[in-house]
Amino acid sequence: MSWNRPDTPARFERPGILTFTIGCSALAFVLWSFQSSGFSLAQFDRGIPALIRVFSQMFPPNISDIERILWSLLVTFQMAVAGVVLGLIFSLPIAIFAAEGLSPHPIIKHIARGLIALFRTVPDLVWALIFVITVGLGSPAGILTIMIDTIGFAGRFFATAMEETDKGPREALAAIGARPSGIVFSAVFPDATPSFISTALFCIEKAVRASVVLGLVGAGGIGVELKVAFDLFEYDVAATIIILIFCLVICVEQTGAWLRRRII
Amino acid sequence: MRFDKLSLREPGARQAVFVSGLSKQFGDTSPVFDRLCFTVPYDESVAIIGANGTGKSTLMRALVRLTEVDNGEIEVLGEKVRELGAAKLRHFRSRVGFVFQRHNLVSRLSVLSNVIHGAQGRHAGPHLWAQWCAPGYLRDEAMNCLARVGLADRAGQRVDSLSGGQSQRVAIARMLMQRPELVIADEPVASLDPKAGVEVMDLLFKLVREAGITLLFVSHNMEHAQIYADRIVGLGHGKVMMDIPSRNAKAAELKDFFMEPVAA
Repeated sequence: MSWNRPDTPARFERPGILTFTIGCSALAFVLWSFQSSGFSLAQFDRGIPALIRVFSQMFPPNISDIERILWSLLVTFQMAVAGVVLGLIFSLPIAIFAAEGLSPHPIIKHIARGLIALFRTVPDLVWALIFVITVGLGSPAGILTIMIDTIGFAGRFFATAMEETDKGPREALAAIGARPSGIVFSAVFPDATPSFISTALFCIEKAVRASVVLGLVGAGGIGVELKVAFDLFEYDVAATIIILIFCLVICVEQTGAWLRRRII
Repeated sequence: MRFDKLSLREPGARQAVFVSGLSKQFGDTSPVFDRLCFTVPYDESVAIIGANGTGKSTLMRALVRLTEVDNGEIEVLGEKVRELGAAKLRHFRSRVGFVFQRHNLVSRLSVLSNVIHGAQGRHAGPHLWAQWCAPGYLRDEAMNCLARVGLADRAGQRVDSLSGGQSQRVAIARMLMQRPELVIADEPVASLDPKAGVEVMDLLFKLVREAGITLLFVSHNMEHAQIYADRIVGLGHGKVMMDIPSRNAKAAELKDFFMEPVAA
C-alpha cells in the first residue's frame, strides 16, 4: 500500500544569509582568538612532559613544615571569617537602602545599588591590589578585600530576598502604625532569614576560596606560602599546601550544606 | 434610594467614620467611587456588602490611607485622614484595628511575637520586634489578648504551624493589642471554611461589643451581615445604593448586592 505523503524534511535546514554570515564570523573570531593568544598544539604537546615532571616532584608531599602551613591555613580561614562578618554587617543596611519598597528615597536606592554594583563588578584581585597599596602587605588587606567582595555579593542577594518577602505582614504592620524600622525588623527580616543564612554561608565558602588567591598578591594568608613554594621550586611543599586548601574548602562547603539543611 | 446627595453630618452627631464625595478611579476604567458618601456612628456595627469589584476593599483601605483616593473627604475618629503627615498618620493608624482577608502574620515568628507587634503603633523600638526582647508588661498584655481569643496555650508556637482559623484569631489578638477605637475588617473570614468563619465572626463581634468598639466590616455572607451588623450598607456603581438597619434587611434584597452590581 502506498501512502500519499510529503517528502521527509531535510536533516538540516539551509541557513539564511544572515545566519550563515553570523556563523562564519563567530568561527573566524574563535580561530583569530587562538592565533592571537599564541596557543598551539605543539606548545601544549611540549608542556605535557613538564607538567608530568612538576606533578612527579609534588609527590610525596613534604609535610616537614606542616605545623607552619596549618597555622597559615588557620590565619587564612580567620581572614575569610573576619572579612565576611564585616561584609555582612555593612551589607545589611546597604541592602535595605537598595531594596525596592524599603529604601527611604529613590536617590538613596540608586546610590546603594550603584555601590553594590561597583563592589560586585571590580574583581577581588583588583581590590586586593588597591588595599595592599593603601594598608600594606598582610591580612588586613585581605580582610578588607573580602569585606568589599562580600558587600557586593551579599548586598545584592539580601536586597532581592527582602524585596521578595510577603507583602501582607508588611502592610499589616503599616496599618497598625508601625515605623519603617519596625516593619523591616519585625516583618521583613524574619521572613528573609533563611535566604540571609544561605547567602552568608555561600559568602564564607566564596571567601575561603578567594582568600587563598589573595595571598598571591600579598594580601596575607596561605596564598603567600603557596607562591613562595612555587618560586623556590619546592613543589612537594606546594602539594601539601594545595591538599590542605582542598580539605579546608571541602570542609567549609560540607559544613555550609549541612547548616543550610538544618536551618532552612 | 440614593445616599450620595444626602447631608450625612447631623448636628451634634458623633461619627466614627465620615466619608463624603469620595472619588477613585484606576486608570481608564469606570470609577470605583463616584462621589461616595457614608457614615458610621460610634459604637455601631456596620456591614459593607456588594458584588466583586464594587470597591469594598478599596474603601476599607482608603479609610486608613493604605490606598489613596482622587477626591473627597475622609474623617475617621475625628482625624481628616487625607491631610495627615507621616507621623500623625502612624498615630492615627494605631487607633484603628485592621483585620485583613488573610491573617498577614509573620509566619516564621511565634504567635506571641506577632501579637506583641500590635503595640508598634503605641510604642516604637527594638523591644517590640520579637517576644524575646519585649518587656514583661507587654508580654503579659499580649498573653491576655491571646487568652481572649482562646489561643494563650499556643503563644510559643510558630504561626505557620496554625490552621487558617487559628491564624485569623491571632490576627484579631494582634488587633486587640492595639487597643483600637475602631475596627475595620475586610472580609475577615473570606479564606476560612464556613465553620471557622462563624467562629471568627462570633469572636470578633463579641470582643468589639465587650469593649464598646465601633465595627465596620466587609462581608460576602448575607447571614453574617444580618447577624453581626446593626446596619447594612450596599455598594454599587461607585455609590451607596442601600443603607438600612439589618433588622429590616430582606434576604432577596441583599442577594442582589452579591450578584452583579445593582443598577443605579
